[in-house]
Amino acid sequence: MQLTREARSAHTRGAAGLSPFTRTLLTLCLIAAPALGGVLPEDRADVLWHSYHGGDITIQGPSVLVRKKVADNLSLSANYYEDMISSASIDVKLSASPYHEKREQWSGGADYLHGKSTYSAGFITSKEPDYKANTSYFAVSQDMFGDLTTLTLGYRRGWDQVFRDIKTPQGVLENDPTFHQRVDHRGYSLSLTQILTRNAILGFNYELLTDQGYLANPYRKIRYLSPGQGAGFTLADQVYPNTRTSNAASAQLKYYLPYRAALTGQYRFFRDTWGIVGHTVELDYTHPAGKHWIFEGSLRYYTQKHADFYSDLFPRANYQNFMARDRELAAFHSYTLGAGASYQFMVPGVHWISKSSANVRVDHLMVDYSDFRNALLAGTYGAGNEPLYKLNANIFQVFVSIWF
Amino acid sequence: MKNRIAAIAATLAIAVPALAGSASGPAPQFTLTARGGRDVSLAQYHGQVVMINFWASWCGPCRQEMPLLESIYRKYNKLGFTLLGVNVEPDSQAADDWLKATPVSFPILYDKESKVSKLYDVAGMPSTVIIDRRGKLRLLHRGYKPGDENEYLDSIRSLIRE
Amino acid sequence: MRVSPAKLMRALTAALLLAALAGCAAPTPWVKPYEREHFADPIMSFNRDPVSSAYLQHVFESREGARGATGSVGGGCGCN
Repeated sequence: MQLTREARSAHTRGAAGLSPFTRTLLTLCLIAAPALGGVLPEDRADVLWHSYHGGDITIQGPSVLVRKKVADNLSLSANYYEDMISSASIDVKLSASPYHEKREQWSGGADYLHGKSTYSAGFITSKEPDYKANTSYFAVSQDMFGDLTTLTLGYRRGWDQVFRDIKTPQGVLENDPTFHQRVDHRGYSLSLTQILTRNAILGFNYELLTDQGYLANPYRKIRYLSPGQGAGFTLADQVYPNTRTSNAASAQLKYYLPYRAALTGQYRFFRDTWGIVGHTVELDYTHPAGKHWIFEGSLRYYTQKHADFYSDLFPRANYQNFMARDRELAAFHSYTLGAGASYQFMVPGVHWISKSSANVRVDHLMVDYSDFRNALLAGTYGAGNEPLYKLNANIFQVFVSIWF
Repeated sequence: MKNRIAAIAATLAIAVPALAGSASGPAPQFTLTARGGRDVSLAQYHGQVVMINFWASWCGPCRQEMPLLESIYRKYNKLGFTLLGVNVEPDSQAADDWLKATPVSFPILYDKESKVSKLYDVAGMPSTVIIDRRGKLRLLHRGYKPGDENEYLDSIRSLIRE
Repeated sequence: MRVSPAKLMRALTAALLLAALAGCAAPTPWVKPYEREHFADPIMSFNRDPVSSAYLQHVFESREGARGATGSVGGGCGCN
């Protein structure tokens, strides 16, 4: 048995977090996505508090964004994001002990407008006790065909360092000096937006991501059937391939309703070299009311086919070359219902703020696993016959935005 | 990889279409309803240098440009120059609300059916056309970025002297 | 389906060069710049609250195997 005390959420496969690289990518949505072909994004500042609670994991923290034009053609942005994680998830309970940790992420970007082209570049760096990630990106966005079409090409590189925490005899957590791994990431993206009619706009995204290096989780375990031993199964180390290439393509259609409201439909297809296939469908409705309010509702459905080397319970030890039991790679369906309210207001007496809004958003996530079982109940049901795991989580956001 | 990115960036930088150019030929005639209710036609201003600015309240650079247009109008109005602000919105409520907060003294005309926008082949927002004293198109400028007003001023000054 | 990144980049480069050149001889826009008022409305933006959408995407990607193709570029307002 390993002496590791804490199962980490720091990685894609983690109980509560995802690979810092992936998280970094999401920050890119925040910074790189607004790069338009012919218009720079608006100056703004946002302060957000986020909270996730579900599956015995709580993650909370702030996210602060500031974006400002510093010259006619240059817009700079910076973001600070933090996750404070408290985890006693099903994965943690199975092979480690509950833990707390903090992850911090800083990012900065620049968008330069030249005629109908916008050039964007930026970096993201994140730090947590056992994972450091750095990413840099570059994108070019071009308006064409009378500004009805915007085409964006992006490229990003990531460099991660993976450590593993162990507890010293004094009870202090520190990095295991014998464990130091690296991951290299590359991403290529293409985005297109197309105005279809006076009321409809279409978006299309394609993204290719490749990872190379240590892609596993140093704390998570697989299990194999071992009748008569313990609860009927034995834990063992997981073995991941050291490369992963994925393709994702999505389309979004946004439609303006005549009484002033917006309806959005989205679909994304995902496939990778690990055998995972994912379909995402989402419907959003935005409804302004009066001069100050904007309400939003959304429904998201996601379904995934498991990775080739995933199994909840392997028949025996060393069953195949690659083995994983991370539920992020399992087969499941998930629904998310979301609702938000936004109140737009002017700040009296402060002239440099052109408008501001106070916002609240709640989402309820329900995940039904098809081949991931609650192994903690093996004693009652027998290994391999435990009930399939279900996850319910509540996600809460409150934020204030100002434009200047 | 880096070479490819540089090649793409260079291509895009070159492929930027012109934002401004000289127009030519007689300026198309039109009559529109102005703020205040009266009808205004381009023919009324024959003999003056006329600048037509196509704008909308929902267009950021248009709003940014308006105070500068106001100061140009004030400065050159007595020297045989006039500025017509053609609002292209089918519903003028938002424009009127904005003008209450940011008033201008030059005439505002409502092109609710986009007749004049089509006549002048408006291909960007905002668009500015300058017409000389003889009714001929002399300048066509699409879009607005801070600094563009210098181009307008150069054109107006030389046309006023004609 | 395995797509070699090098091949993909070549294809994308070619596509972009073609598009950039084609942009010089543009077809007439069927939605005129003065008809694009709805796209200037914040409710029609693909990414109205970037901090919030980035966070939600983060939550989903940490529970799921899928990643990517979530960013979206706005259509602009036809200005400039």
